[in-house]
Formats: sequence, C-alpha cells, structure tokens
Amino acid sequence: MSKKDMTGKKIAETGLLTALAMVLSYVESLIPFSIAVPGVKLGLANIVVLFALYRLGTAQAFVISFIRVVLVTFLFGNGFALVYSLSGAVLSLCAMLAFMKIGRLSPVGVGVIGGVSHNLGQILCAIVILETRRLIYYLPVLLVSGTAAGIAIGLVAGLLIDRLEAADTGGQR
Amino acid sequence: MKKRKNDLILVAVIAGLAALLWMWIYLGRSEGAYIRVTVDGSMFGEYPLDTDAVIKIGDESSYNILVIEDGEASVTEASCPDKLCVRQGKIRFDGQSIVCLPNRLVIEVTGGVKPEYDAVAR
Repeated sequence: MSKKDMTGKKIAETGLLTALAMVLSYVESLIPFSIAVPGVKLGLANIVVLFALYRLGTAQAFVISFIRVVLVTFLFGNGFALVYSLSGAVLSLCAMLAFMKIGRLSPVGVGVIGGVSHNLGQILCAIVILETRRLIYYLPVLLVSGTAAGIAIGLVAGLLIDRLEAADTGGQR
Repeated sequence: MKKRKNDLILVAVIAGLAALLWMWIYLGRSEGAYIRVTVDGSMFGEYPLDTDAVIKIGDESSYNILVIEDGEASVTEASCPDKLCVRQGKIRFDGQSIVCLPNRLVIEVTGGVKPEYDAVAR
C-alpha cells in the first residue's frame, strides 16, 4: 500500500470511529440515569477511544476523543460544559495511554483507569471553576462509579481488541 | 493471567481509597449552621439554617429555587435541563453541598462560626 493510501485509510478510520463515538454519546444521553451526583455516567464513547488507543495508535485516539467531545457538546450539551468534558477526556486519555504503555493491565484495568481519571479530571476542573473544595465530597461516589463504568467499558473494548487481533493474524496465514 | 490479577489489585486499591475517603467525610461531619450560596465563584448570599426561607437565585431564564425548612436545605425547582440539583436532595451537615453546573451554582453548608463577610465579598 502506498503512503498516500495509508493516509486515506487513517482518515476514513478516524472519521468512522468519531461518528461511532458520537452515536454512542447520543445513545447514552437517551438512557435516563437517576443518580443524583453530577458526573456519574457509563461513558459508552470510551469504548471507541480505548479501542483506538490499542488498535490505531495514540494520535488517532486523541483526534477521535477531541472531535467527539467538541461536536457532542455543541450538538447535545451547553457550551459551558465543554471545559468539564475536555478536562475529563484529556486526563482520562493521558492516564489510559500511560497505563497501556506500562503494560501491566489488561484493557479492563486500563478502562478502569480511564473511568476514574475522567471523573477526577471533571471534579478538579469544577473545583477550580466554582472555587470550592467542598466538591471533594462527591469523590467517593465518583471513584466507585468510575470503576464500575470502566470495568464494563473495558470488557467490551477488550473483546473487540482480542477478536480483531485474532481476525488479523488469521487473515495473514 | 497476570494482567487480570493486576486489574483486580487496581480495583481493590480504588475501592479502598473510596471507602477511606467516605469514612473520613462521614466521621468528620458536624451539624452546619449556615447555607452559603455561590454563583460563578462569587458570593450570592448566606442564610441561617434554623430559619425557614424560600430563596430564588438567578433570573427568569436561569434560576434555582432554594428552600430552607426544618434545618435542611434543598433545591426544589430549577431551570437547568438535567435537574441534578433538585435530585441531590436535602443537605444539613457542615461541608455538604448541592451543585448545579449549568447555572454555575454552589449551595453549601458552613459551620457554626459565621465567617467575615468583608473578606469574601468582591
């Protein structure tokens, strides 16, 4: 495959996965969640980001995550939420990348790191913006919910990564 | 598999941290005396918890209704889309808070000593 085709393929993959991540964000917004703590959520779109991190590479994962957050905020959220979403997304992606590179955790563990650090990023951002350290009181709940969501996301992403890995090696034989 | 074991250790560590933090918050709590309302990081007002009151924060387009009743404070009505502030229920202990991110509102319980106004007001 020529270098030019490679770039085309990457752009197509990135676009496709960004669209998928946006759809998952939308689907998630349709699920009513009655827990009264801001920031408790499943983070379905993180399946795509986690998958991209393992299968496509760091740069594409960052592009997908960034474009998704910006577009979803403008489509379904209010502009002010962008700061929270971005701080959560960036911290979560950096933490997942670090733990993936260390290589001691399976995708499930990396998903847990992602969920927890996403919540941590948002709450730190809220503490700075709202100028109140009291928000730390939400942290125990957010740690647990981030872990639970991370396990679910990690299991799904892990399945995808394993199956596609197997399909790849199978195809080359 | 070794990675699975590490995953479990990670989850256990996070759960332990959450439990410790929760205990620290739960055991350290005490009855509050005042409700402090902050909008966008600046002081909106302060109200005693032992006096029943209904306070409207904001204008027609973005508002929250704060109700203080029987020594507890809650948001009963709000203009925000998610209504998380309403669902956060009643607060009464020092340090508890209700947060409405869309309206940039923080309602928190403060302790028995009324703080100096002049030092905080901007």
